[in-house]
Amino acid sequence: MGAKVITVTSGKGGVGKTTTVANLGVALARMGKKVVLIDADIGLRNLDIVLGLENRIVYDLVDVVEERCKLRQAMIKHKQFDHLYLIPAAQTRDKTAVSPEDMVRVTAQLREEFDFILIDSPAGIERGFRNAIAPANEVLIVTNPEVSAVRDADRIIGLLEAANRGPGQLILNRVKLEMIKKGEMLSANDVTDILAIKLIGIVPEDDGVIPASNSGIPVTLTEGSRAGMAYRNIARRLNGEQVPFMDIADSGNILQRITKLFGNSNT
Amino acid sequence: MSGIFDRFRGGRKVGSGSMAKERLQFILVHDRINLPPERLDEMKAEILAVISKYVSVESDKVDIALQQRDRNNLLIAEIPFSEQGEDAEIIRELPDIEHTSDEPSDKINESDSAPSDKEEIASDENTD
Repeated sequence: MGAKVITVTSGKGGVGKTTTVANLGVALARMGKKVVLIDADIGLRNLDIVLGLENRIVYDLVDVVEERCKLRQAMIKHKQFDHLYLIPAAQTRDKTAVSPEDMVRVTAQLREEFDFILIDSPAGIERGFRNAIAPANEVLIVTNPEVSAVRDADRIIGLLEAANRGPGQLILNRVKLEMIKKGEMLSANDVTDILAIKLIGIVPEDDGVIPASNSGIPVTLTEGSRAGMAYRNIARRLNGEQVPFMDIADSGNILQRITKLFGNSNT
Repeated sequence: MSGIFDRFRGGRKVGSGSMAKERLQFILVHDRINLPPERLDEMKAEILAVISKYVSVESDKVDIALQQRDRNNLLIAEIPFSEQGEDAEIIRELPDIEHTSDEPSDKINESDSAPSDKEEIASDENTD
């Protein structure tokens, strides 16, 4: 079997799953990988708009499952990368339109041709989540350094273990170093202590993310973006490379740089 | 990620970040085994009652708590036995030396300077 199927999930909504899938997809495509992204959030379609492909949708995942079109017809090619595709979610149906077996079947047809299949899971722990993890070889759990998001991530990790898809790897999204320095935010170490799973990426809060979504061009394609750099690093780790965690303090203010300077000597 | 400012913070109140960590660690261990804190307390009381049926336990020094090791959860119990076992009961049958004395404070001083235990016991008998 060829492709690695990677499901991105979180439990809690709004932590950055869709942004993560879009950015990892683009970052892997930039590395020359053949990638297909599947939006498994049936009824709440979003990955298309973040990728700037909303006007090109004719068929969707439910059309494929219900055999109204061929799989190929539902695959939308990205504007910039011709080996990056999106299979959009249906907007007018609900999660019961797709079963876990359907997901396994659809991904099986794609495995030979692609290097990576990324699945954007809906929030929650119901049918949509079970659909999304069914074909997964690896699961990435996105969370924010915030109590409710971490608690939900823990629940998800427990469910992944129960479904033999665990333990998964963690992406800590929207990290604000200034707040960690003030002791007002959970650090990456705190979160991995609590959840006891491996960290695959730390993505700093970045004001470039929303404008990127606004324009349908993922932030990974913005040179100099720190969030973009973090996503590119995660993509390389998914590809099996050893990439050290970037120092989120790098472009901080003077105070942070001094802190870092002294911090390095006693850590 | 500890820095020099962490040291300056030493005397100040703890930030909400560490509060978040503590609260999460507490709640997640209960979430994971689906046992709310009050049920855990009931369980502890029951465990202690069963053990007390067989051995004597120093109940104020008992420590039964949930712990996390990686992603495994454990119930760790430290239950010290009190010294009032069978041996303690045998000892209790012996006459209490201190009790038979009229002037316990003098006795302690005497015993320090006393050449032997025998004399001490003898003096006890005299007071009777």
